Amino acid sequence: MTIYLTIAVIILIFVVIFQISKASEYVSTLKGDEVSRKQNNKINGFLMVVFLVLGLIGVWYCNHVLFDKTLLAHDSASVEGARVDSMLWVTLAVTGIVFIGTQIVLFWFAYKYQEKENRKVFYFPHSNALEVLWTVVPAIALTVLVVIGLRNWFLFTGAPPQNAMQIEVTGKQFGWIFRYPGNDGAFGKKYYKNIDAATNSIGLIWDDQLTHDDVVTEQTMYVVKGKPVKLIIGSRDVIHDVGLSAFRLKMDAVPGIPTTMWFTPKYTTAEMKEITGNPNFVYEISCDQMCGNGHYSMKGIIEVVSQEDFDLWMAKQKPLYLSAFPDKDPENAKPAAVPAVAVKSATDVESTKPVKL
Amino acid sequence: MSNEAVLHAHSGAHDGHGDHSHEHHHQSFISKYVFSQDHKMIAKQFLITGMVWAVLGGFMSVLFRLQLGYPDASFPWLETILGKWAKGGHITPEAYYALVTTHGTVLVFFVLTAGLSGTFANFLIPLQIGARDMASPFMNMLSYWFFFAASIVMLSSIFVETGPFSGGWTAYPPLSALGDASPGSKSGMDLWIVSMALFVVSSLLGGLNYIATVLNMRTKGMSMTRLPLTIWALFFTAVLGVLSFPVLFSGFILLIFDRNFGTSFYLSDIFINGVGALPNEGGSAILYQHLFWFLGHPEVYIILLPAMGMVSEILSVNSRKPIFGYMAMIGSLFAIAILAFLVWAHHMFVTGLNPLLGSVFVLLTLLIAVPSAIKVFNWLTTLWRGNIRFTPGMLFAIGFVSLFISGGLTGIWLGNSALDIHLHDTYFVIAHFHIVMGVASMFGMFAGIYHWFPKMYGRFMNNTLAYIHFWVTMAGAYMIFWPMHYEGLAGMPRRYYDYSIWESFKQFQGLNQFISLIAMIVFAVQFLFLFNFFYSIFKGRKVTTQNPWEANTLEWTTPIHPGHGNWPDEIPEVHRWAYDYGKDGVDFIPQTTPVGANESVEH
Repeated sequence: MTIYLTIAVIILIFVVIFQISKASEYVSTLKGDEVSRKQNNKINGFLMVVFLVLGLIGVWYCNHVLFDKTLLAHDSASVEGARVDSMLWVTLAVTGIVFIGTQIVLFWFAYKYQEKENRKVFYFPHSNALEVLWTVVPAIALTVLVVIGLRNWFLFTGAPPQNAMQIEVTGKQFGWIFRYPGNDGAFGKKYYKNIDAATNSIGLIWDDQLTHDDVVTEQTMYVVKGKPVKLIIGSRDVIHDVGLSAFRLKMDAVPGIPTTMWFTPKYTTAEMKEITGNPNFVYEISCDQMCGNGHYSMKGIIEVVSQEDFDLWMAKQKPLYLSAFPDKDPENAKPAAVPAVAVKSATDVESTKPVKL
Repeated sequence: MSNEAVLHAHSGAHDGHGDHSHEHHHQSFISKYVFSQDHKMIAKQFLITGMVWAVLGGFMSVLFRLQLGYPDASFPWLETILGKWAKGGHITPEAYYALVTTHGTVLVFFVLTAGLSGTFANFLIPLQIGARDMASPFMNMLSYWFFFAASIVMLSSIFVETGPFSGGWTAYPPLSALGDASPGSKSGMDLWIVSMALFVVSSLLGGLNYIATVLNMRTKGMSMTRLPLTIWALFFTAVLGVLSFPVLFSGFILLIFDRNFGTSFYLSDIFINGVGALPNEGGSAILYQHLFWFLGHPEVYIILLPAMGMVSEILSVNSRKPIFGYMAMIGSLFAIAILAFLVWAHHMFVTGLNPLLGSVFVLLTLLIAVPSAIKVFNWLTTLWRGNIRFTPGMLFAIGFVSLFISGGLTGIWLGNSALDIHLHDTYFVIAHFHIVMGVASMFGMFAGIYHWFPKMYGRFMNNTLAYIHFWVTMAGAYMIFWPMHYEGLAGMPRRYYDYSIWESFKQFQGLNQFISLIAMIVFAVQFLFLFNFFYSIFKGRKVTTQNPWEANTLEWTTPIHPGHGNWPDEIPEVHRWAYDYGKDGVDFIPQTTPVGANESVEH
């Protein structure tokens, strides 16, 4: 019912506007087209300045209300992200000056040079000096921005520092799978036809000994504060994107073509809760490439922790090989021990030693 | 179709068309209004079909903005119109993504490509260069009917059981290639791709015609450097389309093969939940993106250049001043057209492409800002010391310049790869391209419609309605898209159905509601325009003089109701460029006026 009422009201408003508009056309015909045209011209000329002033106030107000909700309100969570931020501010300064300047000139000219009787227009078809001026000045400004940009770009896309840890990230509809190389520090081979949704989510090749200590987890990724981390990114089905807004980076996950990205986390999750003043803060991985109907819910979590906490956590993880082949698990060798281990890991009372093979 | 009814009724208003016609041939209803070969009628067909799509595409955005603005509210009337796609009054994710995808596809291709350059290239090229019709009127007619067929197929895709295509207007495989990955990629995608293929054919037929006409059919004295800037812009637009649409088509062909014939151009290493590992190996999903964006970026300029051309013309006419830097304007159009082909990979900075290649694309992308800056400063200088008449067309032209500046500047952010890594696929991108390409080109289109309506229908549109339309749309466009930059600066990703589960993005719920509300108001106000347009066709104030805007270009030397053939007598000869406004104290000197003995020589 309300919907019909709303539609009726809208139509009514339209009819009123239309009737007024028609009436004003009749009036203008009576007054003489030239007279009413000049009146309209004055009104629109005035509105140009009104729009300029209100628009600039609106730009300020928008910033006033929304700035604290953006990432710029706080420090970047990664060392590299800080460079993105500083580059962003430089770009904002350059484009902001041009924006304010040109908009003022545009609307001011529109107001100032509105039709007046007896004004003689200035026949000004071209001026080489002016045209060279506004070819060269933008070109110089852009060169500066390009230089800053490319220095950052080559840093971000270049090789990570030697001490970087490596994590493999695999996107799937609609979640994230993470793989750590284990104690040998090397990832074993994988092949997508080996994928088994239950026991081998990324298709590790068990014949390759290197896979046997690879730790595979889902949804939450642990990284270490201050230690560069290199992500080796892939996808199991369609194209996804590892979006790390707090770290100011993202990279596509493409099936069949691995990509990489590295960054250095600056603050632990706990520290970031204080910095943002948000007790619920978490580092989220958002999928930034349309990947199907669950795209909006494809969330991962990154826990940034200290090295000790990371070691404690890693020690609790069991290689995927042992979950796939429970009989190979040394802790399962004595049948009696099974319940005890299960209780331990379920309650997280103490950490088990990392398994060596 | 409603446009047939409209065009039919329109015959009553203008019987007597044929009397002015050069050839005096008898035309039946079918040959005059349906399978017309008159460029002016084809232009109107493109325009009105484009309008129908603009309303549909705009309405789709209202629907998905409802979801974004009011994710918890239930709208029972949605279930009435959408059925299972809005169970319980909530739009489902399937429907949301289908709406977003179809909105993008039809607005980019059907409204801002066919509706914009289809309309104005057809209407203005013969009239402004002094030709009786296009080089091939028959091909021109085919161009419209291929577009019409594409429209029908696209429309029918909305009604298939599994839903229309829902993988985003860019249709990246593997998502678009695999029906098992998304229900929208089943028969909805087949129809989408057939529709787009038909559309490419339409564009090529039209584009080849425009190029041939501009190069070969200019009237005596109309050298290339005397052409109005509208024609230059439409010419470059056609060149861009002819060179890039076939590449898109090739991309689609490979996609069709991957979808239906078991090839692996784009597919490799894929495991689908519930289906298992697919046999395809060795393909590259990124290959499609190269083929797509090789059209996709020129497409941006296919949309923008006609608007730039019309705005240049309208600004000059209504400032009563020559356009500033005519040759620089052509030069910058040319530079933009060339660079348009060399920047496509800036859409792919985060696909893992070679960093060195990426850096080249950064350089070339930011280079486009130079010709763009030249254009902006030249427009500003055109206004300077003019004598401005705020006709509705002029208002929209000024609005275009404002929006082009605002949206163009954020392109400098996104074109710089190290910043793009942060802002890619966030709302910052949405804000950027909607302002610079969507709304700005829409403004160019409105400017063109208001300005050339008297030539199209021999009547004026209502000014008061036009002024309301302009100011509300202008303010609304900024209110919708300006705050989206801030959402982007928070990293908020595009194409999300619901943000409430995200700690990082849920703080914008209030803002989203505000944006949705404004979007609905702006959408409603467009009906003022539509009403004004159709009402004025029949009841608008009649044009009584041949040249109501006191413009120099040739279209205003035709009769008020030009027949097929445009000029009843000889086609006029051209003696000067199109921008002699205010020269030697004379308000305007039409192109057909011979150069006087005492005239100053400049230009």
